[in-house]
Amino acid sequence: MARKTHVQTTINGEQTEFLCHPHQSLSEVLRDELHMTGTKEGCTTGDCGACSVLLDGRLVCGCLVLAIEAEDTEITTIEGMASGEKLHPLQQKFLEHAALQCGICTPGFLIAAKALLEHNPDPTEHEVRYWLSGNLCRCTGYDKIVAAVLDAAQSMGGDTR
Amino acid sequence: MSESNGSDRKFKWVGTRPIRHDGVDKVTGRANYGADFDLPGMLHACMLRSPHAHARILRIDTSKALALEGVKAVITSDDIPELALTDASGPTNFSDLSRNVLARDKVLYHGHAVAAVAATSTRIAQEALALIEVEYEPLPHVLDLRAAMAPDAPILHDHMRTKGVDPTPDKASNIAAKMELSRGDVDQARAYADIIIEREFETATVHQGDIEPHACVAQTNEDGQTTVWASSQGHFMIRAYSARLLQLDISQIKVIPMEIGGGFGGKTTVYLEPIAIVLSRKTGRPVKAVMTRDEVFRATGPAPATLINVKFGANRDGKVVAAKCKLVYEAGAFPGSPVTAGAMCILAPFDLDHFLIEGYDVVVNKPKTAAYRAPGAPPAAFAAETVIDEIAHELEIDPLDLRRNNAVSKGSQAAYGPKFSDIGLLETLDALRAHPHYSAPLGENQGRGFAVGFWFNAGMQSSAEVKLNEDGTAIVIEGCPDIGGSRASMAIMAAEELGIDVYKVRPVVADTETVGINDTTGGSRVTFATGMAVIEASQEVVKQCCQRAASVWDIDPTDVIWQDGCAVATGDGAKKLEKEDKLVPMPIAEIAAGAARTGGPITGKASLNARGAGPAFAVHLVDVEVDRDTGKVEIVRYTTIQDAGRAIHPAYVEGQMQGGAAQGIGWALNEEYVYDADGVLANPGFLDYRMPVALDLPMIDTVIVEVPNPRHPYGVRGVGEVPIVPPIPAIANAIHDAIGIRMRKLPMSPPNVLAELVRASGGA
Ligand code: FES
Ligand code: FES
Repeated sequence: MARKTHVQTTINGEQTEFLCHPHQSLSEVLRDELHMTGTKEGCTTGDCGACSVLLDGRLVCGCLVLAIEAEDTEITTIEGMASGEKLHPLQQKFLEHAALQCGICTPGFLIAAKALLEHNPDPTEHEVRYWLSGNLCRCTGYDKIVAAVLDAAQSMGGDTR
Repeated sequence: MSESNGSDRKFKWVGTRPIRHDGVDKVTGRANYGADFDLPGMLHACMLRSPHAHARILRIDTSKALALEGVKAVITSDDIPELALTDASGPTNFSDLSRNVLARDKVLYHGHAVAAVAATSTRIAQEALALIEVEYEPLPHVLDLRAAMAPDAPILHDHMRTKGVDPTPDKASNIAAKMELSRGDVDQARAYADIIIEREFETATVHQGDIEPHACVAQTNEDGQTTVWASSQGHFMIRAYSARLLQLDISQIKVIPMEIGGGFGGKTTVYLEPIAIVLSRKTGRPVKAVMTRDEVFRATGPAPATLINVKFGANRDGKVVAAKCKLVYEAGAFPGSPVTAGAMCILAPFDLDHFLIEGYDVVVNKPKTAAYRAPGAPPAAFAAETVIDEIAHELEIDPLDLRRNNAVSKGSQAAYGPKFSDIGLLETLDALRAHPHYSAPLGENQGRGFAVGFWFNAGMQSSAEVKLNEDGTAIVIEGCPDIGGSRASMAIMAAEELGIDVYKVRPVVADTETVGINDTTGGSRVTFATGMAVIEASQEVVKQCCQRAASVWDIDPTDVIWQDGCAVATGDGAKKLEKEDKLVPMPIAEIAAGAARTGGPITGKASLNARGAGPAFAVHLVDVEVDRDTGKVEIVRYTTIQDAGRAIHPAYVEGQMQGGAAQGIGWALNEEYVYDADGVLANPGFLDYRMPVALDLPMIDTVIVEVPNPRHPYGVRGVGEVPIVPPIPAIANAIHDAIGIRMRKLPMSPPNVLAELVRASGGA
């Protein structure tokens, strides 16, 4: 088998190095090599959004990005969303609104919603639904997820960090 | 058991919406699901799957695969015990299950597992699959129900004779079983019918669509002791099934439940676990097996395609006087479709004296079906609730009046047998009429429909333990995987009984060695049955606390009652303490702190087989807008109304109602297995198997009706399954209201709706 490649990147603000094969996806490396299993995989074909991460601030499916593409980039995963003891307002609102049932889709939705609010701090319900349509949830019917995101947007009042 | 259902009780925690105890783990990515667990030295397993829909296996040669660097073991069905064809307990036939886990002699569907490889990486295991040589003799296959029942159909199982017909046929058939349910005299009753409507319905194979693929890790020691980490709806089921399939003692297997990423019935059986156990035994190393999405679609339990014929006779007032139903359900490659449940449900909402229901369980060359949320009920409701709507239109009677006129209530004899005790069908129908949605104006090309859904709900076995900590906080230990917030419900019930803050209770889903047997999370049973065990175990703790207080106070224990988390003396005991100037309540924390001096740790346990799961009724109201040019149906507004008996955590009850509605909407409008001519599934991924996304749905309004279940201390009835039952007929009725066309075939997708529109306008 081909030798592994050395990759240097920043994950959740921390300088990180890893070795990976050229065929390995970013979500695979996050999960299997770096043991950051908060990023989930529901399909590995880009259709469910469970693997959502931010790559230089852009929302991507971790399963569709090759791990070697992470070289010299900044990656944000669910593990980097809370700061210290404090949950991100989106995380808090997901809890308050009971916006998760099984929870497997939740990290992906939170990352996608974070990207939305950074991009559009005051979205309409339709904009939230449109933006989150790359993320599948089979449990909730989306109602409480959409409500949580709208409520979080309001409580953050434009402060989208 | 007490028949007081808490109707007059003042609750402190029941009915509130605390943040779930496992919530922070789940919003921070810390919660570990099936595929999130690794062990040092672990191998990775991959499955070789059949490229044919139906074929005889002539020869398997694994030698080249075994020779590949990094491959540690390759197994086939030769490596697992061959079970007698009749090895069954309850509805589970273990010979079939074994042959589903690894095909023996024949493959019965495209994607049927044939061999498994364990290697040092998934990549190597996949390479090894290509090196396994299998010689097949392809056989003709059959996917369609009508074709499978035809006399000259290709036969899946040569030994299969139709059960339930007398005398037993001497010829093999794909009809595994026939069942019948009847009351009264249908033919005679027809004389009283002023109108008879007979219709045929057809539904497609669909999938549960749980977002987490099946996954497990197994480790078997040299002495045979085995540990499995698995995501499932029941780790006790994983243990029992694996032991049975591999002919091991149950005590040799320990199963540790991982968090489960959705199940909906699809994780109520084993696929990977026995294979991982055998591979681990062969290699002496831990083995991890994770399905791809493609494998989940091709080889795990879809819900059946169905053919249903319904014939209703009603009098001029709209009262149904007789009904005949024929249900044909696809079982997949092995017998066991939910046709019996479908047959028992189809007439359950109707107060009816004369009926005949026939059900057929039919095998086809598709994966073995598995449970899917209210198994069998949604297609049945599609048929019955559409025809009843049609009768209302024919007779020009308000459909809601007509439903009410036919509705079962307390004391009605359910079509499936027993007499209903307190049920909430009339109450949900009344809530429907009162809802503003029911009379809101509609726009152009819009239509409104509603439908009723019924589901039995289950009780079954549960065990729980409540342990009082030294400071008066408590641990609740139970064994039902938490698939949608049940830990919070368990904590609420314990807090209610103990009289302590809900956040002072820590709920734990324990492994197979730490808590007594718990049946699978399914049948909408956890809050009802496991909740009952938690309540009983908590009551045992309270009883002990009262005794400890009595001993400290030196009064009769019968003079101690429990109030707001404190022991309080009453009667003669109170008088005595008053004299001693010691009449103050003793809080749980004080009792817990003194436990060492009063008899040791305080724990309560309960193991039970819960009876009296109260049946659930739901009614859904939907507005659709139909695009006449494309046939696309848009859901404009949606309201769900459901009798929950008693909502322990209303937010998660609403969540079940909304989630069930969304799944039903997907089933109604888009979802279907599409096969090519070779019997190969053409859409085994989320891109082409199109489940609803956020943009497809509106907000889903919820109304919780509470008609307490008399057989539960708080009045709880199951809530999880029934919300998937009404959406299909509600949408079909709404489409009719919008464009005057009755859809009787699923999915009601743009091409199918457009075809009906063209037909209706006289086009080709
Ligand atoms: S796992 Fe990446 S989109 Fe599904
Ligand atoms: S909460 Fe289960 S998939 Fe979204």
